[in-house]
Amino acid sequence: MKQYVIIGNGVAAAASIEGIRSRDSQGLITVVSKEKYPVYCRPLISYLLEGKTDLTRMQYRDPDFYKNNKAEVLYGVSAEKLSSGKVELDNGSSLPFDECIVATGSDPFVLPFKGLDTVENKYTFQTLDDALAIEKAIRKDSRVFIVGAGLIGLKCAEGLTGRVGSITVCDLADRVLSSILDAPTASIVQKHLEKNGMSFLLADSASEFKKNADGAYTALMSSGKSVDFDILVLAVGVRAGTRLVKEAGGKVERGIVIDEACRTSLDHVYAAGDCAQTMELTQGTSKVMAILPNAYLEGYTAGVNAASEDAGSPAAVFDNAIAMNSIGFMGLHIMSAGSAPEGCQVYEEKDQDHWKKLFTKDGYLTGFMLVGDIDRAGIYTNMIRNRIPLSEVDFESMKKLPNLYAFGEKYRHHILTGEV
Amino acid sequence: MKRVYVNEQWCLGCHLCEYNCAYANSPKAGQGLYGMVDALKDKPIFPRITIESTDEDASCADPSQTAISYAVQCRHCTDPICVKSCISGALHKENGTVVIDHDKCVGCFTCILVCPYGAITHDDTGAVQKCELCLKNTAGKPACVAGCPNAAIVFEER
Amino acid sequence: MPISLVTPEFEVLRDQTRCIKCRVCERQCANKVHHLDPDLGVMVSDEASCVDCQRCVTLCPTHALKIRVNENQFRPNANWSQQTIKEIYKQAETGGMLLSSMGNPNPLPNYWDHLLINASQVTNPSIDPLREPMETKVFLGKKPRSIKRLPDGSIDTSLTPQLELSMPLMFSAMSYGAISYNAHESLARAATELGIYYNTGEGGLHEDFYKYGPNTIVQVASGRFGVHEAYLNAGAAIEIKMGQGAKPGIGGHLPGAKITEAVSRTRMIPKGTDAISPAPHHDIYSIEDLRQLVYSLKEATNYTKPVIVKVAAVHNIAAIASGIARSGADIIAIDGIRGGTGAAPTRIRDNVGIPIELALASVDQRLRDEGVRNDVSLVVGGSIRSAADVVKAVALGADACYIGTAALVALGCHLCRSCQTGKCNWGIATQQPELVKRLNTDIGTQHLVNLMTAWQHEIKEMMGGMGINSIEALRGNRLMLRGVGLSEKELEILGVSYAGE
Repeated sequence: MKQYVIIGNGVAAAASIEGIRSRDSQGLITVVSKEKYPVYCRPLISYLLEGKTDLTRMQYRDPDFYKNNKAEVLYGVSAEKLSSGKVELDNGSSLPFDECIVATGSDPFVLPFKGLDTVENKYTFQTLDDALAIEKAIRKDSRVFIVGAGLIGLKCAEGLTGRVGSITVCDLADRVLSSILDAPTASIVQKHLEKNGMSFLLADSASEFKKNADGAYTALMSSGKSVDFDILVLAVGVRAGTRLVKEAGGKVERGIVIDEACRTSLDHVYAAGDCAQTMELTQGTSKVMAILPNAYLEGYTAGVNAASEDAGSPAAVFDNAIAMNSIGFMGLHIMSAGSAPEGCQVYEEKDQDHWKKLFTKDGYLTGFMLVGDIDRAGIYTNMIRNRIPLSEVDFESMKKLPNLYAFGEKYRHHILTGEV
Repeated sequence: MKRVYVNEQWCLGCHLCEYNCAYANSPKAGQGLYGMVDALKDKPIFPRITIESTDEDASCADPSQTAISYAVQCRHCTDPICVKSCISGALHKENGTVVIDHDKCVGCFTCILVCPYGAITHDDTGAVQKCELCLKNTAGKPACVAGCPNAAIVFEER
Repeated sequence: MPISLVTPEFEVLRDQTRCIKCRVCERQCANKVHHLDPDLGVMVSDEASCVDCQRCVTLCPTHALKIRVNENQFRPNANWSQQTIKEIYKQAETGGMLLSSMGNPNPLPNYWDHLLINASQVTNPSIDPLREPMETKVFLGKKPRSIKRLPDGSIDTSLTPQLELSMPLMFSAMSYGAISYNAHESLARAATELGIYYNTGEGGLHEDFYKYGPNTIVQVASGRFGVHEAYLNAGAAIEIKMGQGAKPGIGGHLPGAKITEAVSRTRMIPKGTDAISPAPHHDIYSIEDLRQLVYSLKEATNYTKPVIVKVAAVHNIAAIASGIARSGADIIAIDGIRGGTGAAPTRIRDNVGIPIELALASVDQRLRDEGVRNDVSLVVGGSIRSAADVVKAVALGADACYIGTAALVALGCHLCRSCQTGKCNWGIATQQPELVKRLNTDIGTQHLVNLMTAWQHEIKEMMGGMGINSIEALRGNRLMLRGVGLSEKELEILGVSYAGE
């Protein structure tokens, strides 16, 4: 009977359990969970603040998930060290394993701002505990200052909208969501957020934090402006949780390097989710793509392979990872997928509230960016992920609206008249 | 497993399936004709089934060709990417049917971003909608099938 | 353009409280009656082009639509009816013949409705068709006049080719071209399933339908469209069309717009050209000429198929039938004045020919009187509307009936009489692919099978009531009929007694 150890208890870990159990109903599964909660999806914490979900509903799987899958979870325990066939825990014990899946996710990194230690009311926005702490700290009239206008910072801002006095967001970049949007699309989003009461300080950064006499704080910005606030949220960025694998001698770059079978360079050690980096399909480079669908697909793939006999070629592969994001802010939806590689062609359509950009290169759709009208975007995503050549598609029609007609009769009949 | 299939040869592009779907999934469902009027009159509809039609959709118009139309709805994939991509665990499979737990769904639309068939939709409040084969509503069996005037949409094992 | 004097025939009543603006009426109307008015925000209708085909009414999910005859009235005039005046306006504006389609809509006397069927009481027991065997099978073709013995003394059982029908019904001639591929397929499949026959009309036989050949009657008409050796041999019988009840004495005209690629291939004429069937067969000017064609066709098919000669019911029909019975034909088909058509000049359709009931009675009597009734079978058509009409026709002397209009109605036809426009919203009398697809052939076939099966049940019930267990025993049994509301002369022609007599 195999012994599996899964380090981490997020979505990649849950997917690993499901992957293992699809092949091996008997093996022992132990999950090392730093957090004291059953699996939940971290992006949901902003919805928790917003009131769109609650602690019960945000459970990723039903309450009997671990029991039904015969997985033991060690709550409140961290893995300290990974060595051959063994994981050492911070409670002094160690867990032997035949197969280990590292799903340690990522941790926020905090820049060493001057005077940051004077701010007691500071939070990161990564875990359920972070969200619960913020929930406790806010008042109707709180002035919230968020450092970072990326996905985490803005989702936090959205969650707090209407629940606090004011929200100001700053970012070093000159636009919001700089990692997924270009300037024009970002400006649509920014305007929409401003309309909903947020203020922005872009291309600006905090140079110093000060505590004032009234117990509130002031951030002095490098532009010379200053922001008074009661609550600080640091959402500058995250780092992949690579320490265990790195210290064990595994190959690590920005994330734990895994192959299409989700194997690390260490024998019997797999990695999945935000801690891992894998080949991005449209650019052909290995990168960390910390998004949920990839976490699940990697976790599941790792689980299947961990539970299968090593027969040379892996039992499951995940070789079409792309970056993609679907995010909405107060009714405005934004989707992006793939990339805009150097030298790509761009198809663009825009009006007041909609923006569409499609990127094509070498006869393939490589990426898109949609703001506003996102209906049926999955048809585009599918073209990217499954490398459907533009030559097989009526792209003129597809450009305007994603549709199945453009794929031609054969494909259409395949998907509409049989099982898929 | 029985699924909904459309026979393109017989699809008239009349869009009645969309209306029957919207009605079957409305709070007024099952209240007959006036229920339908009440549910749909002067309101935008958000059906879980979509007609693609070459003579109406500017995107795929081709006057030289005979008009083609067909309905698209959730294919209830064997290995559904939407379920795997759902951030809240709201989408899941029940006896082969891909269903959504609206309590859990937070409306992130990742499912819309990944569905290869464009079969997952949303309403004007941002709530995600998808075909659940009318298993959860009062229709009990797919309303699109029951209301298709030319029997183009069928519910059968294939 | 000056104003048109022709006012709309119908009005569209839309219950705006029910209309949900789903636009199914707009999408389904080939005449473009309905549209969504973006400024008013409601569905509106331009009734001028409405033909009252009921497509929109039938599909409207909230039953918000009603079509009714426009109540607008010209000043009443018993002589110059509104219809008459409108027809004059139309002709004044176009200079053309009035065209119409389907059967004569005028209130000519309908003799079926003046004939009543007998039933057994007390002395001669009726038969319960659910308990007793009941035979509706008929054979069409020449029957021997008397028993003949072979040299060895045994009975000569050889027969000329016969058509075997599971019930005394066949689908009458409707050409591919006049009706759609899907309508044709439905007829062909239903005939096959039912063990009866459908008829190609003069449009030839589409290559896809050769497989239904054993249940197909192939027609040879004055235009000879689509006629070739394989065609003649493909069917179970060959019908020479001399005339049609809806338009006796004139030919046919299928406009070029209906001659699509497939129709052109089937008819063997260039795509887009008008298909004009001459009024006469240019090689037939006498019964002797007809006999030549009958035997040419028999030669071409090696005497394996019965030959039908179809004529319209006209004034001298008894004499004409008598001649045909001597031409070598195996079956005579007679089409009455109420018979349908895909297009006919209105004046011809409404004024030329005679009712089938009278024609049938006089033909049957004449052939009997001349001792040639067994030489031919008689098939009648021209508005056979129900199983009762069939029973009455058989009792008047028919071997079987052709049904056309009733079959199309089963397929969805609402008798809007606009076939000639080619924009049939029910996918029947059209060649436009987006309209043709509206007729799902699975549904169409099933409806036809259902209709015929239902009629067969009804025929058996009526036969049982009369104490007759075989349709053959009813044929020409006019004692089973009585007339009501008929004159002495009419009763004499029909050969039936007055009710109570």
